[in-house]
Amino acid sequence: MQDNLLSIVTFLPLVAAIVMAVFLRGNDEAAQLGAKRMALFVTAANFVISLFILTRFDASNPGFQLVEEGEWMMGLTYKVGVDGISVLFVLLTTFLMPLTIAACWGVSTRVKEYMIALLVLEALMIGVFVALDLVLFYLFFEAGLIPMFLIIGIWGGKDRIYAAFKFFLYTFLGSVLMLVAIVAMYIDAGTTDIPALLDHQFSAAPLSVFGFQIMGGLQTVLWIAFFASFAVKLPMWPVHTWLPDAHVQAPTAGSVVLAAILLKMGGYGFLRFSLPMFPVASDMMAEFVMWLSVIAIIYTSLVAMVQEDMKKLIAYSSVAHMGYVTMGIFAANQQGVDGAIFQMISHGFISGALFLCVGVIYDRMHTREIDAYGGLVNRMPAYAAIFMLFTMANVGLPGTSGFVGEFLTLIGVFQVNTWIAVLAATGVILSAAYALWLYRRVVFGDLIKESLKSITDMSTRERLIFAPLIFMTILLGVYPSLALDIIGPSVEALVSNYDLALENLVPANAVAASN
Amino acid sequence: METILLFAPLVGAIICGFSWRLIGEQAACVVSTGLLFLSMALSWIVFFAFDGETYTRDLFTWIASGSLDTSWQVRIDRLTATMLIVITSVSALVHLYSFGYMAHDEHFREGESYRPRFFAYLSFFTFAMLMLVTADNLLQLFFGWEGVGVASYLLIGFYFRKPTAGAAAIKAFVVNRVGDFAFLLGIFALFKLTDSINFDVILAMGPELAEMTISFLGYELNAANTIGMLLFFGAMGKSAQLFLHTWLPDAMEGPTPVSALIHAATMVTAGVFLVIRMSPVLEYAPYATNFIVIIGAATAFFAATVGLVQNDIKRVIAYSTCSQLGYMFVAAGVGVYSVALFHLFTHAFFKAMLFLGAGSVIHAMHHEQDMRNYGGLRKKIPLTFAAMLIGTLAITGVGIPLTYIGFAGFLSKDAVIESAFAFGGGLGLYAFWALVIAACFTSFYSWRLMYLTFFGTPRGDRHAHDHAHESPMTMLIPLGALALGAVFSGMIWYNSFFGSVDQVGRFFGVEYAEEGEVGAEEAHAEEAGDPVIEGAAAEEAGDYAGEDAGGYGEAHYVFTGAPGDGAIHIAPDNNVLNDAHAVSTWVKLAPFIAMLIGFGTATLFYIVNPSLPRRLAETNRPAYLFLLNKWYFDEIYNWLFVIPAGWLGRLFWRRGDGNIIDGGINGLAMGIIPWFTRMAGRAQSGYLFHYAFAMVLGIALLITIATLSFGG
Repeated sequence: MQDNLLSIVTFLPLVAAIVMAVFLRGNDEAAQLGAKRMALFVTAANFVISLFILTRFDASNPGFQLVEEGEWMMGLTYKVGVDGISVLFVLLTTFLMPLTIAACWGVSTRVKEYMIALLVLEALMIGVFVALDLVLFYLFFEAGLIPMFLIIGIWGGKDRIYAAFKFFLYTFLGSVLMLVAIVAMYIDAGTTDIPALLDHQFSAAPLSVFGFQIMGGLQTVLWIAFFASFAVKLPMWPVHTWLPDAHVQAPTAGSVVLAAILLKMGGYGFLRFSLPMFPVASDMMAEFVMWLSVIAIIYTSLVAMVQEDMKKLIAYSSVAHMGYVTMGIFAANQQGVDGAIFQMISHGFISGALFLCVGVIYDRMHTREIDAYGGLVNRMPAYAAIFMLFTMANVGLPGTSGFVGEFLTLIGVFQVNTWIAVLAATGVILSAAYALWLYRRVVFGDLIKESLKSITDMSTRERLIFAPLIFMTILLGVYPSLALDIIGPSVEALVSNYDLALENLVPANAVAASN
Repeated sequence: METILLFAPLVGAIICGFSWRLIGEQAACVVSTGLLFLSMALSWIVFFAFDGETYTRDLFTWIASGSLDTSWQVRIDRLTATMLIVITSVSALVHLYSFGYMAHDEHFREGESYRPRFFAYLSFFTFAMLMLVTADNLLQLFFGWEGVGVASYLLIGFYFRKPTAGAAAIKAFVVNRVGDFAFLLGIFALFKLTDSINFDVILAMGPELAEMTISFLGYELNAANTIGMLLFFGAMGKSAQLFLHTWLPDAMEGPTPVSALIHAATMVTAGVFLVIRMSPVLEYAPYATNFIVIIGAATAFFAATVGLVQNDIKRVIAYSTCSQLGYMFVAAGVGVYSVALFHLFTHAFFKAMLFLGAGSVIHAMHHEQDMRNYGGLRKKIPLTFAAMLIGTLAITGVGIPLTYIGFAGFLSKDAVIESAFAFGGGLGLYAFWALVIAACFTSFYSWRLMYLTFFGTPRGDRHAHDHAHESPMTMLIPLGALALGAVFSGMIWYNSFFGSVDQVGRFFGVEYAEEGEVGAEEAHAEEAGDPVIEGAAAEEAGDYAGEDAGGYGEAHYVFTGAPGDGAIHIAPDNNVLNDAHAVSTWVKLAPFIAMLIGFGTATLFYIVNPSLPRRLAETNRPAYLFLLNKWYFDEIYNWLFVIPAGWLGRLFWRRGDGNIIDGGINGLAMGIIPWFTRMAGRAQSGYLFHYAFAMVLGIALLITIATLSFGG
């Protein structure tokens, strides 16, 4: 077990899914319950096992740890490992999956398949974060979309076909470009090993294509190809419009996984590939990305303010929060990158919880229309309190984890560009406006709608799902060092390598440019 | 001990909020109140035991990233100690008062439990406020800052069934966030320049910041001024200064004890606290401090004018608070931080008392808040009347002119006005006259409130008047305790806050020296072993016979403390404190005369000739409406910000997301997709198939290339 820890954590859900597919028969209630119980047990066990990663992880070592390497098929290698940037994402995934499974206890259509899809999804998501081989990464990264696609397409709402179409279209474009880039990288570097690629210097000499001069050369081309894929995934403005539709149509569990984990693959990709492998291109593009992020923050916050659908509102709010992430990453200093990673982790808890909050009342009323609610506090005080906490966390209240990421990314960006920091900080005002406006319309006021008169407060099961999320949100808000100490050394190495690469390459560029 | 007094309210909030079902409502409320009284007792011990030497306790790390390193800390200095007693005393009394006030509330239905929630919020608020004042870095201060904001939001919206309460709560939070936005930028700028946001580092760097420039939004600006301005914008939000004041009157939607605690005595003074705390930087930021004076004086004047015509008893007091906060900012802006704190201190007592008194009136009148429906209540509720009378005497500044005997407001408000005059120049005169006129208005609206409520004949609902009754002891005891503060707090601590330089210096732990010797010391700085004259030497020098300026012969000390030492910093060349004692007699009399004019006019309008106000309002209708509608700030803001935000949101959503982005991409897709569909055939789960197909194709391509190159 010691040597294959990461592989075990990655593939245990997959094995369970196969077992379930092969051995679990029947579609009666007992079988359904069995499937749910098994999925819950496996994901919970996987979380416990994943905690061993943490105990064996040396936070002071910025390099890859728990590395496993072996021959795979057809000359490809299987290589996994984690560093300070990725390890917390693995834990975030294993932490959230049991909660997600518990949250869809009420599902009764095609339960077995649903559980299988979620288990496969977990395996693939963990795979993305631990993969240390480019092909392996690509495989996990792209394959992860299939179960997600099915979750939306089969268990989704009534416009699921349109949402699935959009989802497909956007990611397809991005992944084609990334695939081409991966091939090009392989040709250039002769390896698909990520640690080796991190040491490889991709040429930044200007290229001339069809008479166009491309500054930053190969790096820029590869950077753009990766950017296309990650920007869609994250998503960044203006390729974000698939997300609100996907969220609205996805079932609660789908939304939770999508917002809490799947989006983070984009941010993770920037940190694993764009920044360290293509520093010159990143530096050139940094301002562009930060401006897109600022636009995302302001634009989507304003859009969130006028939404009538709760899930759409939270989805737009997610896009705004991811704006802080990209902004922090491309500030490329310790606070910015620390903040970006922290923001992603924290957003995993908070957005997951918010979608669960929507799920709680959707399960009761079967509508996401904000206008269909009002005055819930009268009959659901526990729900009101929990929803309040996560609303405030979403707004970035100090003392909750939402604040730390926002603060660090903003302070990081301020060192680089004050205009961007000032404009992005307006998100502090806008987020308060849309989040509290939502809360007021749903929870406050007198309960006058006839349909809500018999609504019940949260059940014990629902409260137990929220308890760990509340705990983590406050714990990380009050003592963020738990995460920052793990993130810090790897980010420090990343940032210093980045600065070093720029120092080394900039003179060469200057010479090239003068010619 | 500091840690206990800090966390007792949090423990109270948690016990009260979460375990009241187990221990019972009453017990839960008693626990939280008891813990606050404990906190209060400890605060007073800390205050009296404090010897002027700043000390800090580290709890544990908070946010640490690279060179940014912040911890949860408890810092105790004179400023914090003073705030501690204000916060815990008022809070403990408000808790006690709430037992009576919140006993029955018609906003809630029979059998609903709302009191534990109320007490939990109050205790949580107190905790956040204590975190704010004990912070040793700007980040923890910001934690408290936002924490009190949330508590305020929850308490304003406490009557959740009232739509107006919900709206007011959001407004308070969002307007505060506008200030917080600037506050955050101030923190970022400080970090950029000093690589720290801990007070021990940044406060000591005041003079250096004055020499630095910061490039901000494309401009090269003076660092100290920029940071000072940004932090003050934050303070403007929290302290409801002009342009960011609109939330405070609306915040009166909350229960009255909340108004007394949060929107009069403590939270709204957080902005003043921030400015005083940052005094070592602001002393070197002349533009920022001038701006503070301008805004403070304008707010004092503006809010007083609006207060003249309001009819809701709580709104009158709310505008009065807004106005008094302006006084505090003027004192801080002219560089007499001790006086700003003095007024904050006395104001907390008499304003909390006025609010609690108003609450008692409202309680007696069955939640009627319109003063036009009061009248003649002094016989019905004599104790409340007595309390309100003391509060009014304190806020209007009644005392014996040219002596140090008077109600709290007399001493502190006059100190502010004299300081403003002593600041000199056009700005000093502007502030002086604005404040004197505001003092006249203050007197007018305070007496108007008294006359309308307690004198004349009963108006409005006869039933309410018939059943008007004195409040229970739980409500009267806090009023009595606060009355002590309103009467004596000014006289007792006058010298500590507004005495001569050596008295103030000793109180705040700031070093000082005799004026003549400063220059000499500087000249011989290298030789002199200990350039600071303290204690015995200072007292000896107290005999120095100088010109008698208003009884302060020892006006020849100046502050010599380095920035960051002691609780406040006043630069050696800042002589406003000395000059304020030396102002002419007419200046010292001016606020008193203004007060008399206000009192006389109010008496004329509401006792002698009660038909006069209506006639005046009718003949000057536009002016009356202008004041009644609060200078139309709400309408202008709605038109400037709220409507465009909604309009932009819809534009971006429908046109941006809908037409341009989706339209564009779908258009593109309609060209590409059919082509793929033809290539891949028609599988039932078409898109998924395409997707998997593309991926498999890609992997195949990769593997081919990989095998080929390995083979070769």
